[in-house]
Amino acid sequence: MTRDDAPLAPARLDSATLTDRVAAVVLPARAPRAWWLALLLSALLSLLFLTGVVYVLSVGVGAFGLNIPVAWGFPIINTIWWIGIAHAGTLISAVLLLTRQDWRASINRGAEAMAMFAIVLAGSYPLLHLGRPWFAYFLLPYPNIMDLWPQWRSPLVWDFFAIGSYLLFTMSFLYLSLLPDLATLRDRARHRVQQLFYGTLALGWRNSARHWARYEQANRVLAVIAAPIVVSVTGTISMDLSVSIVPGFHFTIFPPYFVAGALYSGFATTAIIAIILRSLFGFRDVITRAHLNRLGIMMLCFVLVVDYAYMCEIFTAFYTGEDFYRSVYFDRWTGPYAPYYWGMILCNVVLAQGLWFRRLRESVPGLLCLALIADIGMWLERFQIVITSTHKDYMPSAWDTVTPTRWDWLIYAGSIGVFFFLLLLFMKLMPAISMHDMRDMLHRRRHRQPKGNPRRERSHE
Amino acid sequence: MPQVFRPRANALAWTVLIIAAALLVVAVCLAAHYFSSPYYSGVDRTPPQPVPFSHKHHVGELGLDCRYCHTSVEDSSFAGVPESEVCMTCHSQLWTNARLLAPVRDSLKNDRPLRWQRVHDLPDYVHFDHSAHVNHGVPCQACHGRVDEMPLTTQKKTLFMQFCLDCHRNPAPHLRPPDAVFEIGWQPAGVPSEARQRYGERLMARYHTPTTERLTDCSLCHQ
Repeated sequence: MTRDDAPLAPARLDSATLTDRVAAVVLPARAPRAWWLALLLSALLSLLFLTGVVYVLSVGVGAFGLNIPVAWGFPIINTIWWIGIAHAGTLISAVLLLTRQDWRASINRGAEAMAMFAIVLAGSYPLLHLGRPWFAYFLLPYPNIMDLWPQWRSPLVWDFFAIGSYLLFTMSFLYLSLLPDLATLRDRARHRVQQLFYGTLALGWRNSARHWARYEQANRVLAVIAAPIVVSVTGTISMDLSVSIVPGFHFTIFPPYFVAGALYSGFATTAIIAIILRSLFGFRDVITRAHLNRLGIMMLCFVLVVDYAYMCEIFTAFYTGEDFYRSVYFDRWTGPYAPYYWGMILCNVVLAQGLWFRRLRESVPGLLCLALIADIGMWLERFQIVITSTHKDYMPSAWDTVTPTRWDWLIYAGSIGVFFFLLLLFMKLMPAISMHDMRDMLHRRRHRQPKGNPRRERSHE
Repeated sequence: MPQVFRPRANALAWTVLIIAAALLVVAVCLAAHYFSSPYYSGVDRTPPQPVPFSHKHHVGELGLDCRYCHTSVEDSSFAGVPESEVCMTCHSQLWTNARLLAPVRDSLKNDRPLRWQRVHDLPDYVHFDHSAHVNHGVPCQACHGRVDEMPLTTQKKTLFMQFCLDCHRNPAPHLRPPDAVFEIGWQPAGVPSEARQRYGERLMARYHTPTTERLTDCSLCHQ
């Protein structure tokens, strides 16, 4: 397997040129025309999102396509979808750090930013779904005149704590890893405003050995805390569904199934962001085909788990001998939402097999297509889980179908706009490629050090 | 290259952080103070009434029974506010020319009810039933206080959900036998304070009071 050792960076790239190039994206006022165009498009979509949110807040959740068997529609589908996308960011920044994967160096910043913005969107949907979001603070355990504590048996409270702690964690992880780079930008900035902006954010980082020792320590502690978060947050969200006795929700396989799906869509979105970084800012030699290949391999791993879970779920439904569980599947295959089910199978089972081919994984259009297919497929999966399970459960008198309204689609499309708007701003204002992680990687490659941790070995002397 | 920040920037940063933390503490204290203040809860609020009716005089000094005026308290969710005719059962004979009572006489003459102002006002999303309470041994006094000492009717309890739940979680110490519900300042004779709980629990059995689980069910009051 010599081909797997394709270089993660060209031999001529050294620390100084890398830092120059990353800083040259951030510090000058000018930006590529394509960046402006993308920003404009995503800003327009964000406006649609705001319009939708204002409309839903003023008329209520009736604007969504919801009714009484299907009380959970787009807001919950999109929450699960966005929180899933966030997960790959944590996996890359924490698990790949602990397992010492060098190739994370150039994509971890983008993946962390992706996680951050995806969590914000994931968190905003349940709040909208509350109907009266100004009472969201009821979810907090605080001393109050009602003498009430949150209902710990309620999945809504679990969501709140899962997403809340995830947001806090991702913010601190992202900011911590930005610190040395912010100091670099502060030192290179010539404009007073930029000096003050990056200088304040850098919190007085002086690049001293003591700073680095503390940074490494904090980073590793956070990584160890984060590793369980990769499975626990989506696991918790999946239990919102699986703790209920609704056929189609009530499966013990849900937590691992959701985590695999989350990581599949997350790596797909990381691949999209890596491709954007490559093509917008010319980082083709920093985010190489070897990176795209590895992202594709991660996607393949997780989509195979997802496919296994599909089979497992169907097997369980039929093996129980329960008519209700079986009828959910007949309904999914032939009922009113069958196109969504077969669309999901097409994306996640059939087309996803393209990931087996190295040629496709390494080609930019190929991987971009596969990543978009993955995101669409995972969204369809969440759609069919949330909607087809409740629309036809036990009592025929309670069966009903639901049609997504224009506000559902508007807010969904708008949230994608908000995501890319925030991400594009981040790419211009912050170093989108971690300069210090890259320098560390280049240094170790140059001096042919094994994939160990030289700093840590030194501290043991 | 000159430094971006002067040394005093460090002090400034610390000051900002400390002030922010202090402001947070102050905000929490202010919020706690506000929500426990009579301004927010309405404790000691005495709404102006069309006639300065004195419970102190009528109940404390004359000894009228609550039900003489609040006639529907045992049968209805609403205790009832007396019609002017009820006032006139006495005041057609007593103080017939008192200027203070002119609005009552006008009301009767013009057949236009007096506009009494509600003192104990619960939010509309709470269902409160007077009959359910008095028929299960909850005395008037538990929520309305010592009306026999009020020259003008005043709210004495916060009526927060906390206040309701205090009793719903453990009603026993407040309960009385049926004949003592409308008495003010009643104490069970020969029951030492440490036995009050057990005394109340026996009453609960007699009244067939629902379990605490049912009494603290959301839908009991938020129907």
